Amino acid sequence: MSGKHVAKNQPKTFTFSSENIKKMKEILSKYPETRKKSAVMPLLYLAQKQNEGWIPLVAIQYIADQLDVPYIKVYEVATFYTMYNLAPVGKYFVQVCTTTPCAIRGSGKIIEMCKKHISEKEGHLSSDKKSSWIEVECLGACVNAPMIQINDDYYEDLDADSAEKIFKSFKDDNLPKFGSQKGRKGSEPIKQRLTLLKN
Amino acid sequence: MPKVKVDGIEIEVENGISVLQACEIAGKEIPRFCYHERLSIAGNCRMCLVEMEKSPKPVASCAMPVSEGQVIYTNTEMVKKAREGVMEFLLINHPLDCPICDQGGECDLQDQSVKYGGGTSRYELNKRSVKEKYMGPLIKTQMNRCIHCTRCIRFAEEVAGVPELGSINRGENMEITTYLEKTLDSELSANVIDLCPVGALTSKPYAFEARPWELTKTETIDVMDAVGSNIRVDTKGWEVKRILPRVNEDINEEWISDKTRYACDGLLINRIDRPYIKKDGKLIECSWDEAFLKIKEEVSKTANVGGLVGGMVDLETIFALKDLLIKISGSASIDFRQKDFYIDPSHLSNNLFNTSIAGIDESDLILLVGANPRLEATIINSRIRKNFINKNTEIFTIGDPGDQTYKIISLGDNLKVLKDIENNNSIFSEKIKTSQKPIIVIGESVLNSKQGRFVLETSKSILKKNNSLSGLNILHQSASSVGAIMLQAYTNTNEVLKNEILYLIGADEINIDTKNKFIIYQGTHGSKNAKIADVILPGAAYTEKNGLYVNLEGRVQSAFKASFPPGNAKEDWKILRALSDVLNKPLKFNTIEQLRSKMFEFNPALQRIDQLPSIDVNTLEVENVEVIDSKVNYLPIDYYHSNEIAKSSKTMLECKIARQSLQKTGTEN
Repeated sequence: MSGKHVAKNQPKTFTFSSENIKKMKEILSKYPETRKKSAVMPLLYLAQKQNEGWIPLVAIQYIADQLDVPYIKVYEVATFYTMYNLAPVGKYFVQVCTTTPCAIRGSGKIIEMCKKHISEKEGHLSSDKKSSWIEVECLGACVNAPMIQINDDYYEDLDADSAEKIFKSFKDDNLPKFGSQKGRKGSEPIKQRLTLLKN
Repeated sequence: MPKVKVDGIEIEVENGISVLQACEIAGKEIPRFCYHERLSIAGNCRMCLVEMEKSPKPVASCAMPVSEGQVIYTNTEMVKKAREGVMEFLLINHPLDCPICDQGGECDLQDQSVKYGGGTSRYELNKRSVKEKYMGPLIKTQMNRCIHCTRCIRFAEEVAGVPELGSINRGENMEITTYLEKTLDSELSANVIDLCPVGALTSKPYAFEARPWELTKTETIDVMDAVGSNIRVDTKGWEVKRILPRVNEDINEEWISDKTRYACDGLLINRIDRPYIKKDGKLIECSWDEAFLKIKEEVSKTANVGGLVGGMVDLETIFALKDLLIKISGSASIDFRQKDFYIDPSHLSNNLFNTSIAGIDESDLILLVGANPRLEATIINSRIRKNFINKNTEIFTIGDPGDQTYKIISLGDNLKVLKDIENNNSIFSEKIKTSQKPIIVIGESVLNSKQGRFVLETSKSILKKNNSLSGLNILHQSASSVGAIMLQAYTNTNEVLKNEILYLIGADEINIDTKNKFIIYQGTHGSKNAKIADVILPGAAYTEKNGLYVNLEGRVQSAFKASFPPGNAKEDWKILRALSDVLNKPLKFNTIEQLRSKMFEFNPALQRIDQLPSIDVNTLEVENVEVIDSKVNYLPIDYYHSNEIAKSSKTMLECKIARQSLQKTGTEN
């Protein structure tokens, strides 16, 4: 993912909140003491959750210290997986699927909208610092392509207009309801009959 | 023992080896990039693909273990196509900059693409470009050339014990880097340059200096520490351009320390290339005759001449100096110890690394007493680490030597712990009872006149109880120490210093009171003691003469002349021989062969070149000594500046500065 980069402005310190320390202990308890480095992925995810969606370098060092592994080993994992963000993401973090089914159904237009309404460059904050976007591989909602993920929610059945509407709504925090933007439930047919029983 | 068939040749091989090794046993060459005998298997370059019967796809031979009845082909059309394919992929992002690449001529990628490559590329897109990484003053990086074999990562993690290298990002964006681009904090770091199969990691000090085919290669040994690492010295004209390791399984395997490799630029700087005489407090250039006549004049006044030899002096020179001193004053007032250093020469084993370096691999319990092997003998530390990694051996220490790249368990820093161990009052006493091959490594820091005897005798007593006296190991720091002991070049340093005339050969560490003394300095570099000398005689460095050295195991090794001494400088024994004529006390040898045969007459053990000494360590006698209640005081070690050659080296200075700044910022935050 070309949008992935390490932030220049890094916080000086990082520790888990007391609540997350509890969670960390729970995660660590799943692994034998000698294999505790296996917990690196859930801990990175925990750090990302705590730090507004991205992992600072100090958090990488903090986790490495917790797991007694060299910094570079945690850094390798954090840079390898696309779902760890190493630079700040917006309050609304848009992930645009551009894999084949979405691409056929017009995800290119959604990317254009992202560039227009969020930021010209992938992985960088918008001018109001409220949102950012990246391209991702298949998010598994091909039946309702094209689609995007905003934070934890899927917005499906998009086109340029509905995408623009969503991106514009970031300003006053009034997002449309997630799910299909054409109003269908799940991936039910829009016009035809919904079950074999009804006509 | 499984039987396998390689290209129709049936061979029986050891269990547990890989198909690649089996092919090699059968005499077939398998191309490879990521596979390395001394590193773990990664299997990521795919260059070693071979065809195996009953396998629909080619298999990566480095990662495939042999099993009974395998039929392997290394020369079929499928293998050829597979290699061409892999090669084409490897070259997709590899720049075609061989003409300006330092690896050119000794590059695995270059050689193998000639032999196994398809010859053309079908790739039409742009090649990727990768930012160069900072890895310290020794390693130059051009990461565009990297093929991601991960040898360097595995070396840093497994052998050097500094897991600071890693691969970040993925797929086409993968890059090799140190964490936030820090200097590699290891004394073995430059070995990644040899390991790198392409020109991604090359030598910074050697950058654009020479092509490998222009260099004259001389196989010799190193004298930067007492290990006696086997090296190859590459020279162009007079200049030593670089030093590379030579494989010797018994000593350095195929690694050398950064000091061994890079102190060589000190051979070009600050050299004494002509004799000097001090006139009115000033050193003035002179001829050999003038210098010798001045010495003759002084020697005619008094016969009290003392000799001190430094840490990098060969056996021939020590022997010739000793002979000359006997001729002048009847007895040899000579010593090699430039500090408070306890030795017990009654039995040679008291002064040796008796386990032998290769023997460390078999040990199952290690105790360091006042030893810091990481800095005192880096190669030995890598062996200890290898043992620790392979066998998870427990390593104890008395005194705190700092980070040794493996886990060490402290027994405190008071030497009386040794007595506790002897009296079964320590956790170590329990461990040693069940141990088959315990070893004790004693550092020079505790071998002083106060603590040395206690440490040595108690260690022997501990080992003797366990019937494993061969575990007694003295960790010498200088290449000349064991040789000097074998030539009996020791009396008492303080007594030697009382002589009116002092003959120093490369003795740079000791502080000398020059009052009412006539000092002759014979050496290679304008050191502290050269400056106080009344006569300076220019000698030859270790790459400029044939000489014998004894390493800390007691193994005699030959160093060979790779270059020649600068200016008017001469080989050291020849200077002594010529001087003896001027003094009318001619030494009875004219060639190095005659000198050596005299020396071998004196100590026949020195004839056993490249072999371990044949002495029975079990004949060591153990004395009872009083308990000493004192702490281990480590002598300060300036690793990158430990001798005159290293002190003159620009590269070593850069390493020292890089290390200092690394310690200042700290790696933790």
